Amino acid sequence: MLFLQRPLRAVFDLIESWLDKPFGPDWNPMYHLGALGFFYFWVVAVSGIYVYIFFDTGISEAYDSVEYMTHDQWYLAGVMRSLHRYASDGMVAMMMLHMVREFSLDRHRGSRWFTWFTGVPILWLVVICGITGYWLVWDSLAQYVATATTEWLDWLPIFGESVARNFLSPELLDDRFFTLMVFLHIAVPLILLLVLWIHLQRVSKPEIFPARGLAVGSFGMLLALSLAWPALSQGPADLGKVPAAIGLDWFYLIAYPVVEIWGAGPAWALAFGGSTFICILPWLPRLQHKSIAQVDLANCNGCTRCQVDCPFAAITMNPRSDGRPFEREAVVDPELCTGCGLCAGACPTSTPFRRASALVPGIDLVDQPLRDLRQQIQDATDNLSGERRVLMLGCAHGMRFGHPAIDGVAAVQLPCVGALPPSFIDYVLSRNLADGVLLAGCNGGECYSRFGIRWTEERLAGERDPHLRSRVPRDRIGQLWTGARSAKQLGKELRAFQARLPERPAKTEKSKAQPEASPETPAEETV
Amino acid sequence: MNMLFRYAGQALVYLIFAAFLGYFASAPVYNHFPADKALIKLSLAHGAAREGGCRRRTQEELQKLAPNMRRPMDCPRQRLPVVIEFEIDGVTLYSASEPPTGLSGDGPSRIYQRFTVSAGKHDIVARLRDSDRTEGFDFEKKATIELKAQQSLAIDFRQEMGGFLLRW
Repeated sequence: MLFLQRPLRAVFDLIESWLDKPFGPDWNPMYHLGALGFFYFWVVAVSGIYVYIFFDTGISEAYDSVEYMTHDQWYLAGVMRSLHRYASDGMVAMMMLHMVREFSLDRHRGSRWFTWFTGVPILWLVVICGITGYWLVWDSLAQYVATATTEWLDWLPIFGESVARNFLSPELLDDRFFTLMVFLHIAVPLILLLVLWIHLQRVSKPEIFPARGLAVGSFGMLLALSLAWPALSQGPADLGKVPAAIGLDWFYLIAYPVVEIWGAGPAWALAFGGSTFICILPWLPRLQHKSIAQVDLANCNGCTRCQVDCPFAAITMNPRSDGRPFEREAVVDPELCTGCGLCAGACPTSTPFRRASALVPGIDLVDQPLRDLRQQIQDATDNLSGERRVLMLGCAHGMRFGHPAIDGVAAVQLPCVGALPPSFIDYVLSRNLADGVLLAGCNGGECYSRFGIRWTEERLAGERDPHLRSRVPRDRIGQLWTGARSAKQLGKELRAFQARLPERPAKTEKSKAQPEASPETPAEETV
Repeated sequence: MNMLFRYAGQALVYLIFAAFLGYFASAPVYNHFPADKALIKLSLAHGAAREGGCRRRTQEELQKLAPNMRRPMDCPRQRLPVVIEFEIDGVTLYSASEPPTGLSGDGPSRIYQRFTVSAGKHDIVARLRDSDRTEGFDFEKKATIELKAQQSLAIDFRQEMGGFLLRW
């Protein structure tokens, strides 16, 4: 799928970098598409409840009541109707962008398959909500939607009677059909809410509300749009006439021209085939995890930090099973573990300054253990020379293009920057392995593993365990959350960081890799 | 000043997104039907006669059945297909033999066809056969209609109302 993901990723990178400038990472809509979708859903729900107060079910009453709202009570019900429509459209836009972006980031595979898979019924339910909503207005668009939908449905061999026959002529139409539509238009969003809840079941600390500034801006935009460009009906429905020109809502009704051009059967094949294809994407091909986390009970005291920091709820705390005098122990569910290593970064035993024992933390990645990381750091910095030696520690996304060959710069790749215990930074600087440490992560602080950057920033700021010790000079630590859009850009950032580094007051001899024999074994390092 | 530019940039992005939402919420207009044409829908759901007639069960056959299933008449469930023809101005637009629906073939035959025709006066003929006859039709409707542009005419069939119905 790389042939699709790479160009998509490049487009998203470009848009995200543009939006970073006015919005910043916290408010950049591209980093909060799912939360924005939720926000629009709530706008739709609240405005829908208000509109429902004035809505009458009935062949003539439905249109008249909507016209009353639009023209007589334009200042409130009319605005609510417009908010209802535009927020619904916004929800579709957010949903589609969210899906494509997650795909481009390869966030749909591995243990994330469940979230991806449960997103597919959400697509269907949202579209059904939209179709039933347009139906209720009973204007010429509703007439078109009703006849086209029922003719499309009739192709399926599941109805004893033709549903489209209900719309043959005015005298065949029944008020009860509107009652059914109202029921569906209320029931389906409730089902949608349930499926949204299921959708987030394997996501810990899901973001279901965007940052306040982004929410205020989005709502202000919807309100301004509703006032400037109110949603209008398209003339009353008349089954004795064929509405020739229709102002389609292309967010919801884009399938209808396809049905007319291709026919009902191929359109169903496209809808079901497309949905099936999206459903099976996580296994095309199946993601091969390099590593998953494993608990070493001899070093685990059940402190829960790994559980709290895990972005995918893959760690649970169970009663102690080894008889040691601790209440709980961490247990990893391999099905949910993405191998991001954030748990290892959170473990207070993950310190490279070990003297008495080998570096085996309470939780670690099986194939990328921290002792290997320490060795990689030693190896990478062995040949570093110059006045401003920089060690770049970055994730696969932050160092996507590798690192440019710059004198005095070495790089070590991590599964995620959040997998780096802060004590490793202390280790690099206090052992004089480098003069500065540059952390490189995903674009705009929007971490592939969700919380890697956030946890790192909080650990460095002393707001989250394990803290970076206060003795570590902060001016020797750089953070580069740009996702490294190009090797050239990365080189520029590296040189800028090198130039910013203060000179060492008194150069000491670089310590060689003897960590176990080091006198510095701060047992208080992180605990 | 920097903040001012940031907010201005945000406003611009919101403006672009609002224009995108507002425009595609109802535009571009989709012309799904020619403005100078009319529409005729031929639609019916009608069950033809059963295949073969009913026969009276013998006393011996009835005794073999469970007490609650001892119906004296044995009628086949399978229905015959409905044969239908539709002509306009002497040209046959539709001619088909529609099988019954249902797993046992005991449901009604369903027909739903749309014909786009030019506006104006037309002679139409609809014929339907729902019996086991091999030639001719059981029902026929001839009419001269005048359709305006974008008008929709439905041709329905209700046996209890005498056969074909024109619904305007």
